[in-house]
Amino acid sequence: MSDIAIELKGIDKSFGPVRANHDINMAVRKGTIHGIIGENGAGKSTLMSILYGFYKADDGDIFVDGRKVEITSSSVAIDLGIGMVHQHFMLVENFSVLENVMLGAEEGQILNAGIQNARADLKRLETDYGLDVDPDAIIEELPVGIQQRVEILKALYRRAEILILDEPTGVLTPAEADHLFRILRQLKDQGKTIILITHKLREIMAITDEVSVMRRGEMVATRTTSETSVEELAELMVGRRVLLRVEKGAANPGEVMLSVENLSVRDSRGVDMVKNVSLDVRAGEIVGIAGVAGNGQSELLQAISGIRRAKTGRVILDGEPIHVTGEADPNSLRHRGLAHVPEDRHHMGLVLAFEEAENTILGYHDDPKYLNGIFLNIDAIRADAAEKCELYDIRPPNVRLKTANFSGGNQQKIVLAREMERDPKVIIIGQPTRGVDVGAIEFIHKRIIEMRDAGKAVLLVSVELDEIRSLSDRVLVMFDGKIVGERSPDASEGELGLLMAGISDQGEAAQ
Amino acid sequence: MSAPYAKLPGWVDYGVIPLVNLIVAFLVAGLVVLLVGQSPIRAASLLIEGAFGYGEGIGFTLFYATNFIFTGLAVAIAFHCGLFNIGGEGQAYVAGLGVVLPCLWLDATMPWYVTIIAVVFGSSLMGALWALIPGYLQAKRGSHVVITTIMFNFIASSLMVYLLVDVLKPAGSMAPETRTFLEGGQLPKLGWLMNILGLDIGGAPFNLSFFIALIASFIVWVVVWRTRLGYQIRTMGFSPTAARYAGMKEARIIVITMMISGALAGMMAINPIMGDQHRMQLDFVGGAGFVGIAVALMGRSHPVGIIPAAILFGVLYQGGAEISFEMPEISRDMIVIIQGLVILFAGAMEHMFRPAIARLFTTLTAASKPPQTAETE
Repeated sequence: MSDIAIELKGIDKSFGPVRANHDINMAVRKGTIHGIIGENGAGKSTLMSILYGFYKADDGDIFVDGRKVEITSSSVAIDLGIGMVHQHFMLVENFSVLENVMLGAEEGQILNAGIQNARADLKRLETDYGLDVDPDAIIEELPVGIQQRVEILKALYRRAEILILDEPTGVLTPAEADHLFRILRQLKDQGKTIILITHKLREIMAITDEVSVMRRGEMVATRTTSETSVEELAELMVGRRVLLRVEKGAANPGEVMLSVENLSVRDSRGVDMVKNVSLDVRAGEIVGIAGVAGNGQSELLQAISGIRRAKTGRVILDGEPIHVTGEADPNSLRHRGLAHVPEDRHHMGLVLAFEEAENTILGYHDDPKYLNGIFLNIDAIRADAAEKCELYDIRPPNVRLKTANFSGGNQQKIVLAREMERDPKVIIIGQPTRGVDVGAIEFIHKRIIEMRDAGKAVLLVSVELDEIRSLSDRVLVMFDGKIVGERSPDASEGELGLLMAGISDQGEAAQ
Repeated sequence: MSAPYAKLPGWVDYGVIPLVNLIVAFLVAGLVVLLVGQSPIRAASLLIEGAFGYGEGIGFTLFYATNFIFTGLAVAIAFHCGLFNIGGEGQAYVAGLGVVLPCLWLDATMPWYVTIIAVVFGSSLMGALWALIPGYLQAKRGSHVVITTIMFNFIASSLMVYLLVDVLKPAGSMAPETRTFLEGGQLPKLGWLMNILGLDIGGAPFNLSFFIALIASFIVWVVVWRTRLGYQIRTMGFSPTAARYAGMKEARIIVITMMISGALAGMMAINPIMGDQHRMQLDFVGGAGFVGIAVALMGRSHPVGIIPAAILFGVLYQGGAEISFEMPEISRDMIVIIQGLVILFAGAMEHMFRPAIARLFTTLTAASKPPQTAETE
């Protein structure tokens, strides 16, 4: 027995001409929490997929417990004691916890014996690791934090000694994230080895023992967490010095440009997602909406921008009402000066299969400057796109490249360039930096501040509390479809976190 | 980041892969021929010989191909909008009325080049109207076009039987067909074109509709890639949520696309009616509407791919007829099996060999030049 749980030597993996992993060497010591940090596209997920048997490395060796192994499929990985908790949960929503845990380990055609064993095992795991979950609860009725615990239970049930967690805190409130970290520490104390993949520097500092940094497919450094700093890690990730906190002056708010009054939105299942929300955004200020994903922020943005019908309420844009309950459509609102950077750039903000230039006219395809009668003026469109590439440093600056081939950060810049360069009065921005690399985050934040300083009214929604706090002039917290409080951006993370969990100003659960 | 498929250059994607699929389809078809105790090599040479070997064969091949270009384009433009129009068969059938009525009306008084204008207009209008209803139901009521267009194929079939037997059939005739058009309802054959190449098309019905099909292909390309409507269609097809975000009128785009699709399918009726038989017969579409699906799949919904794919199916139709004539042991149904295999490999399983070819290609290029590191992300 060696004290190295997993060792990777010279791992290479290419997809066509792109080298996703190049000569990766890494050793994870047993009983530690090892962080892997890097920008999106640095190759973290590819590396873990190789470890979990989804991909086969082109070259290199993997050692588990000092033995050289060939991980040809995820079932081999499971047999070797490797468990994975995916970023997007792999749970059957309408199954119970127990059924999900058993899935793929049913012990035969007749379920009864398997269920008995699984129930006993689950009981033991729960007491051993403090993972309290009701085995008969239905997954879709559980909060995401608990669903994640079920994923961890699934891995432990399959006797995982090494747990890989891929961006585990993306969907959690700060309190849930803290709870997760407590669980991880407990697992570590019990001798499990944990690999934590993240792009959040703070998490690395908070919980890991060692950290490996990846950049552009290579492992650029491994550090002992206690001997490094956030600044050093950020620099290693990006390859240059980065500003972690945006510099901005005091806001100079003017007229109310966007006013939402008693807005309620019902989704297609008939559930009220936005409940009686009222807010104002003034020219020259950034209003941030904090909250855990799925508390109605998406529906709010969609209703304001005319994508989704509101049930009741009024929205006033620069003194003129928007018919959010009826006729409002994104196209006419755009012409009235409402720009919208949607939360989901892959499905909404962009058509990934399009050439870059084609995406720079999405939503503005009626603009005569892009048209010759009914025909597209391809030259004008491409020239305009090239100009925006230059202005927003979109790389590669090839307007005919398929949009899917741009990195997350550059894709987001394509959307921002399109929406911001229109000189809107009001701009609503959802998740401006989700899946965006650190270097681009800096750029995007600067642009948002510039929009504010140019006198635009900015409504910002983000699940990244840090982002909300550093950009906003006022912070509203949304929980269960309602605005549960307004705070200054200087309010403590704990205070905002409580609001995000639904503990309202009155000190009681806002349900 | 971790793209599941490597990106391949265009000539591999659009050249090598379809070719490999086609070869495999023919190999499996050869096995089938072998199973019934016949020589696959003889069948293959008959197929090629029958389709390309002499002027008349080529004439028939291109005649069939003309049908398939129209129906292939019809399916393709609907694909671009994310719609699966299976109703090309019915749309073309009903559009037969748009060909027959102007011909019956004008053939005695007008020359063919006047009649054809009315016929192009009439057939595309009838096809478009027949596709309008499923399109409207999809756009406004959410009834899936796959279901409704199939239903409309049956309705079209019954409707046309009724019209042919009870309305359009000349009194006293025993055959369920219209009267034969006079000179003014007959499209010129393209024998002279083949004569230039030193070929004699003989009795083959290769006619002017072929050029109409080529013009339609060009127009489809312009509409899809060079107009605002096409931009909206493609946005809808790739991402309906992006279309909603952009404020496009989804219902309108769906209806318009279905009508264009129906119009293209409808123009197919010109070829057999005005170009060949000079009268409308029962079931003149003969499955071309369905072959259009395979043609659009194989041609990657692009006119440049659809034309060769349509010619390939023309070859299968014409060469297949030749095989069943020369080799009576291979029945007509065997030919359908072979065509089915081509559709299976080229259409339904088009990506089967892609990973293997991608891997091969990567090793070949990796050997010749060192790969770069990940730079796009």
